Amino acid sequence: MTAVKTRETVAGGFLTVAKGRLQQLLAFASLIVIYVFFSVASPYFFTYGNFTAILFSTVVIGTLAIGTTFVIITGGIDLSIGTGMALCAVMSGVFIVKLDLPIAVGIVGTILFGGLMGLVNGINIAVLRIPPFIATLAMMLVAEGLALVLSNSAPIYFSDDPAYTKISTGNLIAGVKFPNAVVVLIVVAIIAGVLLTKTLLGRYTYSIGSNEEATALSGIDVRKWKIGIYAFAGLFIGLAGIMISARLGSAQPATGMGYELQAIAAVVIGGTSLSGGKGSIVGTLIGALIISTLNNGLQIMSIPQEWQNVILGCVILVAVYTDILRKKEA
Amino acid sequence: MGAGMPDVDAEPRAATVPLLEVEEVNKTFPGVRALSDMRLELRAGEVLALVGENGAGKSTLMKLLSGIYTADSGFFRFNGEPLAITGPKRATELGISIIHQEFNLVPHLTVAQNIFIGREPRRLRVLLDERRLVADAHALIDRLHLPLDPNAVVGALTVASQQMVEIAKALSYDPKVLIMDEPTAALNDIEVETLHELIRRFVRPDTGVIYISHRMEEIRRIAGRVTVIRDGEYVDTVDVGATSTGEIISMMVGRTLADSTGPQDVRGDRDTVLEVVGLRTKPARDTTQLKDVSFDLRAGEILGFAGLMGAGRTETARAIVGADPTDGGTILLHGRPIRIGHPADAVRHGIGYLSEDRKRYGLLLDSDVKANVTLGALRDKFSALGFINDRGARLKADECVGALKIKTPSVDQTAKFLSGGNQQKVVIAKWLVRDCDILIFDEPTRGIDVGAKEEIYGLLNELAEQGKSIIMISSELPEVLRMSHRVVVMSEGRVTGILTAAEATQESIMHYATLRPDENVEDAMELGLDPAETGAEEAQ
Repeated sequence: MTAVKTRETVAGGFLTVAKGRLQQLLAFASLIVIYVFFSVASPYFFTYGNFTAILFSTVVIGTLAIGTTFVIITGGIDLSIGTGMALCAVMSGVFIVKLDLPIAVGIVGTILFGGLMGLVNGINIAVLRIPPFIATLAMMLVAEGLALVLSNSAPIYFSDDPAYTKISTGNLIAGVKFPNAVVVLIVVAIIAGVLLTKTLLGRYTYSIGSNEEATALSGIDVRKWKIGIYAFAGLFIGLAGIMISARLGSAQPATGMGYELQAIAAVVIGGTSLSGGKGSIVGTLIGALIISTLNNGLQIMSIPQEWQNVILGCVILVAVYTDILRKKEA
Repeated sequence: MGAGMPDVDAEPRAATVPLLEVEEVNKTFPGVRALSDMRLELRAGEVLALVGENGAGKSTLMKLLSGIYTADSGFFRFNGEPLAITGPKRATELGISIIHQEFNLVPHLTVAQNIFIGREPRRLRVLLDERRLVADAHALIDRLHLPLDPNAVVGALTVASQQMVEIAKALSYDPKVLIMDEPTAALNDIEVETLHELIRRFVRPDTGVIYISHRMEEIRRIAGRVTVIRDGEYVDTVDVGATSTGEIISMMVGRTLADSTGPQDVRGDRDTVLEVVGLRTKPARDTTQLKDVSFDLRAGEILGFAGLMGAGRTETARAIVGADPTDGGTILLHGRPIRIGHPADAVRHGIGYLSEDRKRYGLLLDSDVKANVTLGALRDKFSALGFINDRGARLKADECVGALKIKTPSVDQTAKFLSGGNQQKVVIAKWLVRDCDILIFDEPTRGIDVGAKEEIYGLLNELAEQGKSIIMISSELPEVLRMSHRVVVMSEGRVTGILTAAEATQESIMHYATLRPDENVEDAMELGLDPAETGAEEAQ
């Protein structure tokens, strides 16, 4: 190679690193801008109570979004996370209320049930080779129906298990108003972040999304890992089911629909590419925070729900478009 | 169509005024000077070869001429008139057509639809006139004497035929200047000859061709003059007839290269490492069905695989490593039969496959060098309890970068920013890290410049010296002859000959490569012989 070429690659490498950082900085900067905007626009927004309220309302979407980040980085998609979450919430009710199992057992059972759903998705996708969109669309309908069947279409109340709701609304340190749900989200995000960046699971998640054929030819059993990744992401559906039923104090069988799109939106706003190979947990968290901050702020400013969705839709377009612009420059 | 083809009264001007001139052109990208005082002169009626190593500035120059980039400064003249290329469409209108190395075809559309894409004949402005489209395509294809069916779906065609569609598309604009970037990278020798025939027919007193290629023998056959560029600068333009290949290559790389001769030691005494017997696959679309593939590979041997496009060489490699399913046949490793159902099995047995399409099957383009190099061995060597040992991976990657002389600022560089030769070295490193003893290289030097090619050859020889066994699939006969201890020749899904280095010549290889194995098989059947043995006998 020649002198000119070397300089070109060095400069290219430097620019890419800078741009990679820039991408996350930009998402974070938008979050700050939104936060500052609402702080100025409404006197009720910039308070500690509202700050924790925003974090609290991020938990369910954030948990789903973190799990589905793994799936989306492989180049897949999971539409079943919303109704799947409702089914898992119902399962937590079945375990804890109807079967009267200890809360801890119910929680583990519910999370594993979410993993089972993911496992089925993974097998349908990796073994039967059904495209992820279709496989998880089918699972979305199956989960929606099963949630209603198992609950007899009625909410299951955790009235006899006040400890269960503490998982979400209690405070870890007595006297400090910081909901447990937010602690759970932070811990889960850290674990997911470590798994995504420091382990084989994470590395192969990126490899499969970046180039599935090359990964397989490198001697990696892509089928097995794909099943594993979907099953792993399923654990987050189970956890989200617990977080939502604990927050509401009841398992609502019909609340799931729509959450999947909000979670996918959070992932996309966070800079994860739907074509796979790129993405981060930090980005997803920022994306989820942007969504919940917008919802919260618009609500405080008494903007009707209908308009909130219009604005959210526009935010998604802007976020993805700036991402495309960045890629064009690079 | 057909309007501006032979224009007879162009010759007096053509003799004096160059068809296309590039003068003192500069182009800078942030931090890089891509072209500096670049010059080029294409005379009417000639084929001008343009050569230079990857990164020399060929692509930049092409993109300036096709209007994808604009120059910082400099002049372009077309028939003596100043030329302002404002965009790709304008370049075509002015009479400059470019055939890029990577095809711009829509696989699901037919040949005719591809040729006239964007200019579809219509009725009442909105209805597509499919009949006229096909008729126009027919007329064009006939005029160019191309063996193409206008109604064939492009995705189902061979690479060579797709190349012809690209050419037909380019020539349908009746260009005066045709620029071809590595037009023969995916073609075999016979297809190259067809292409050259087409070029010779295109060249008239008022047209010219710029032919970019790495292949020196081709340039000698088709071009009158050759322009050499290096490091974004113009080196010289010389008559091909009066200059040796060695001299041209020296100008390109700025140094002289060692002469190339075939290997001396034939490895005849070495142990057989891998034996493939009667390998078959089921018929499938777009790929060649393997009907009977048998050969053996010795320790420390480079076994060349020659054959025409579609002979089944890549399919053989993919079947051996379990990338595609087989339909019978045995693979013996050190004399013991093994079962390979998935590439992971092959890797476990120490068999690595380096695809001809590095970007599609070899690299994670968006990942860094370190991740690419350690991908295959991550689980066994650079992780514990599922956690990646990043320091170990980095040390190993650094070691590989040093040992293979991979030109990269660091192991954190994203793979897509490396040149073709260095990307290939990264893929090789991946398999070395994985301790594979059998390496199957599919077109190891495709799209790699001359200097880097030499390094890859050196590396292959070194690996063989270390006792690794190498299968080298190549469409470049000089490469096969120079590198291989023995040569397996395939034709239509069968092995038709196995030649020793002494027996292998361009002629003998082409003889076996063009054998119609079906005829042999029928003869063999009549005599009650196993067709698998006839191929072997012929080989000895």
